Amino acid sequence: MSATSADAPPPKAPPAAARPAAPPGSRRRGVELSLTVAAVLVSVYGYAEVGLATRGAVPRDAAGYGAGLALLAVLAHLAVRARAPYADPLLLPIAVLLNGFGLVLIYRLDLEPSLGPRAAPTQLVWSTLGITLFVLVVLALDDHRVLARYSYLGVTAALALMAAPIFFPAVNGAKIWIRVAGFSIQPGEFAKVLLAVFFAAYLSANRAALAYTGRQVFGLRRLQLPTGRVLGPVLAIWLLSVGLLVLERDLGTSLLFFGLFVVLLYVATGRTGWVAVGLLLSAAGAVAVGSLEPHVHSRVEDWLHPFASVHAGLGPGQLAQSLYAFGNGAVLGTGLGQGHSELIGFATKSDFILATAGEELGLVGLCALLALYALLVARGMRAGLALRDPFGRLLAVGLASILALQVFVIAGGVTDLIPLTGMAMPFLAQGGSSVVTNWIIVALLIRVSDSARRPPPALPEEDAP
Amino acid sequence: MTRCIRRCAALCLVLLLALAVNAVRVTVVEAGSYARDPANRRIAIARYEHPRGGILVGGASVTGSQQTGGQLAYARTYRDGPLYAPVTGFASQTYGTSLLEGTEDGLLSGTSSQLASVPLWNEITRDRQRPGDVHTTIDAAAQKAAYDGLAGRRGAVAAVDPATGRILALVSSPSYDPGLLAGTGPAVTDQWQRLNDDPAQPMLDRAIRQTYPPGSTFKVVTAAAALESGAVADLDAPTDSPDPYRLPGTTWSLTNEGRGCEDASVYDAFRVSCNTVFAKLGADVGLTAMARQAEAFGFNDDGLRVPPAVARSNFDTRMSRDQVALSSIGQFDTTATPLQMAMVAAAVGNGGELMRPYLVDRVTNHGGAVVAHTRPERLHRAVSEATAGQLQELMEAVVSDGTGTNAAIPGAVVGGKTGTAQHGVGNKGTPYAWFISYAKPPGANRAAVAVAVVVEDAEAARADISGGGSAAPIARAVMQSVLAAPPRPYDQPVS
Repeated sequence: MSATSADAPPPKAPPAAARPAAPPGSRRRGVELSLTVAAVLVSVYGYAEVGLATRGAVPRDAAGYGAGLALLAVLAHLAVRARAPYADPLLLPIAVLLNGFGLVLIYRLDLEPSLGPRAAPTQLVWSTLGITLFVLVVLALDDHRVLARYSYLGVTAALALMAAPIFFPAVNGAKIWIRVAGFSIQPGEFAKVLLAVFFAAYLSANRAALAYTGRQVFGLRRLQLPTGRVLGPVLAIWLLSVGLLVLERDLGTSLLFFGLFVVLLYVATGRTGWVAVGLLLSAAGAVAVGSLEPHVHSRVEDWLHPFASVHAGLGPGQLAQSLYAFGNGAVLGTGLGQGHSELIGFATKSDFILATAGEELGLVGLCALLALYALLVARGMRAGLALRDPFGRLLAVGLASILALQVFVIAGGVTDLIPLTGMAMPFLAQGGSSVVTNWIIVALLIRVSDSARRPPPALPEEDAP
Repeated sequence: MTRCIRRCAALCLVLLLALAVNAVRVTVVEAGSYARDPANRRIAIARYEHPRGGILVGGASVTGSQQTGGQLAYARTYRDGPLYAPVTGFASQTYGTSLLEGTEDGLLSGTSSQLASVPLWNEITRDRQRPGDVHTTIDAAAQKAAYDGLAGRRGAVAAVDPATGRILALVSSPSYDPGLLAGTGPAVTDQWQRLNDDPAQPMLDRAIRQTYPPGSTFKVVTAAAALESGAVADLDAPTDSPDPYRLPGTTWSLTNEGRGCEDASVYDAFRVSCNTVFAKLGADVGLTAMARQAEAFGFNDDGLRVPPAVARSNFDTRMSRDQVALSSIGQFDTTATPLQMAMVAAAVGNGGELMRPYLVDRVTNHGGAVVAHTRPERLHRAVSEATAGQLQELMEAVVSDGTGTNAAIPGAVVGGKTGTAQHGVGNKGTPYAWFISYAKPPGANRAAVAVAVVVEDAEAARADISGGGSAAPIARAVMQSVLAAPPRPYDQPVS
């Protein structure tokens, strides 16, 4: 923050005194604008560097690409400035940088004919749609608490969305896509936001009952199960969603929902027992699925022995290729356009996009990306801490956790930290539904952070419980 | 709730930190082992990303590179591939490398640290070093003369500069075009299969990798042993040699092709190649002295690298007397590469001093600066100066008035020895025709070129096979082409 504070007008009073008063200057929209412009410039630079490294010339459409991205970013900024003036100034620039850089990586991988047709133009269209929806959400949604009213409608929609791909053919072993007019949509991505809203709404409404009533297990106060009447609907919906996902064989998303559910339950009730129960459930589930489902079983084997196929003389598998790519990147990376992550083959632009970043930008680039995600998550959590209404708090924590879990599941998967499950790296990976959903998540975070940072009306301050 | 959110945030931080720590593992800790994994295609991609360095003969590259349009960007090409294949070997994207392409691979592919103009610079910039060029000692005219002389017949030619050990020609026939193996794909694998299945073994580098019984050309070594050990003092004195000669301890008698071998002098016996005289001479000199002399000429050496490895030429060190007698006329278990026999002729022509043969004169980096330069080096003193003079007398008589008159070059002093080697079970195989020789330019007292030729001529009738008939004209052509060229300084790199 010290680097950016120069953009803000110098505070006249000492910062400690200025914080509660919140003069117009602390909205820090100027910071947001300059960081957003910087994010666009970094992306355009990356775009130019790919061209220079591979063809020796700046790509002809670099200016158009930059102008388009800048226009979208400035529109998003204007929407925030108009309707969420107190929102956290880091959220939008980070999202723009990640999205812009993701486009650079996809554009770079488009240069490899072996990876199939070009994907960057489509991704740019989806990004435009995502930012448009971001603007619409920021403009249309006055108060995040409105969402709580539609939580049951939302969860119905979420279940419908998740069920829809069952009626479409499986793609690469997973039934998670639906094809409409040539576009592939992953409805499960949109369901993430709807489920987070529902969990937040339901748990905030019932948290007292969940936390303070119920039977004790083994006479332990800490291990207290709530009554079935309270917990029933939550468990039912969670089981339903997880069951649907196992049917569709999209284990990454299943893991994500499970994690989200446990986190929100814990935050809502403050009961460590939930975490224990959650971990037990997930361990049991993992063992059961890992041993029964061959698709998952092979993923676990790959995780434990990524080079087994090499030793068997069958050549490196995708995960081994991904690790080779990271290894080739070393500390500083080969430079954009000069790696060979195309060797990964299938899903290089989507699930394995981080390998390209790792190879061409090195450990330094990976750490920068992880720091960006960490900042995004931290800013979401911070909004949750600063808010007063339980629904808002749970929503902020839920959305931030979705991002963190998603990053962990896929980045951990492609670097052989955990078994690989298909999931999109937020904003970076090719995938329209994912990028649109992430923009909606950021829009909601902007909305809640605006409420969190808005100076309180002239009322006596009440302490948070 | 606040505390729970903080814990939840802390958990997310831990997850992301775990990713960062694991990123260190895969990009730094394990990077080395990933980079060395042969299954990692990046090794091959980087290797073929740029044109390979050149192998040069007489300042002109006999190799090139062409773009493949595939993942491995550049493949090797060869100018006069079959002519130079016994020198260059192949550099294949599918089958690796052989001969000079193999031994000089680090320089040709650019990985060798010898090439760096500024130490560690490429490690910092991560730029790949530009490859270097390998300048061979091969004399293009001599190589061509040898190749044309063999004219597709099975055989090999090796020629060296006796004073330095520079290898002037290495020819193996039939040969193949290594360019056929350069790339990848079914065309390359088919060619590989075809070349390996060919009974004529076109990929065998006969000049340095194939050993043959040297036959009568080995009599040079036997004569040397006899002179060095003192068993023979006067070349013109008659020897006590029966014809036929019954091998000691056996009932088997050795005969000669020609007449006049009974009690012949060493001079005459060498000139007309009497088996009986030299078999007895070897048996009289004895195993120890014979083996010592053979080893002084380079036999029984596993470690000779030019830098491609040269097959071991053999003279047994544990034999009965009859076996020593047979070995002394280049039969029994005695075998030699053509290069080995060229070294024998070279040592005689060079006053008894045997120089270490070498194929790479110098290596230059991309900028043309010399990064490595081979200095001539003495391998052994094979025989004394005096013995060398006597051996020259014998070998020059073979060309002036003996079995090797086909090798005579007007104006030059040529010494040689013919050989016709029996081989196969019961000596039923078609004999090999040998000729080894050296040539002194007019007025010089040291030889400027030494050559060994072997023709496995399977087509010819047995009676026609003789070193003098088949092999000597090839040797003459090679020597003539070397003598015709102006002498070039060997110890000063061409700038």
